[in-house]
Amino acid sequence: MRIPILKLHNYLLISIQTELDDQTAIQFQEDLLKQIHSTEATGVVIDLTSVEVIDSFIAKVLGDVVSMSDLMGAKVVLTGIQPAVAMTLIELGIHMRNVPTALDLEQGLIKLHQELGE
Amino acid sequence: MSSQSFVTILKEWDIVAARQMGREIAKQLGFGTVDQARITTAISELARNIYLYAGEGQISFEVVESLEQKGIKIVATDSGPGIQDLSLVMQDGYTTSGGLGAGLPGVRRLMDEFDMESEVGQGTRIVTTKWVR
Repeated sequence: MRIPILKLHNYLLISIQTELDDQTAIQFQEDLLKQIHSTEATGVVIDLTSVEVIDSFIAKVLGDVVSMSDLMGAKVVLTGIQPAVAMTLIELGIHMRNVPTALDLEQGLIKLHQELGE
Repeated sequence: MSSQSFVTILKEWDIVAARQMGREIAKQLGFGTVDQARITTAISELARNIYLYAGEGQISFEVVESLEQKGIKIVATDSGPGIQDLSLVMQDGYTTSGGLGAGLPGVRRLMDEFDMESEVGQGTRIVTTKWVR
């Protein structure tokens, strides 16, 4: 199972619409970094609207991909985290500080524009 | 009245199978979306612990029903190395795997009842229950 990564101008857009197992998440991490490299993208939005469960492992993979992309020079914003997912993550003890987020895809793109000064 | 079903945890994919089964049962029991997410996440953490530390085990589900309330009881069992210091693993932030798994304190917070027994060299058994509100 591969998660599709779409290119839009300088940005990469990802909408995760599948149940994330560990292998898919790791594969996605690798795919995204390679895409950032080959497309020279400056910003990435990962939309999580359809994701019903984020456990500690998936949270770690997502947090890591933000840091890894940052090292390469691309800003990542996570969008659309569901209320139930946000509550569960905090109760679980996962705060994902330092991870830029926005309410939805639109807000995520606005945030990227601001952060990148475009 | 009770009914039982289980998933054997051997491969990574079994973690997904366990949480899908748990979510389905939770949905049928009438849990709301937030509680469904809590239960599913707790199952994911328990199943991952089995996969990471014991290699093999089982997650079983039981519908518990009394006159006043009904709920889902999740039992995670393995015959892995066991846990030496139970109070240590219940501390927030304790890990032996470099941050994989938020650990058992998180699971306890997500659920209503939590009970754990473990014997070194014998294995671990965790029983946790969530009640429909």
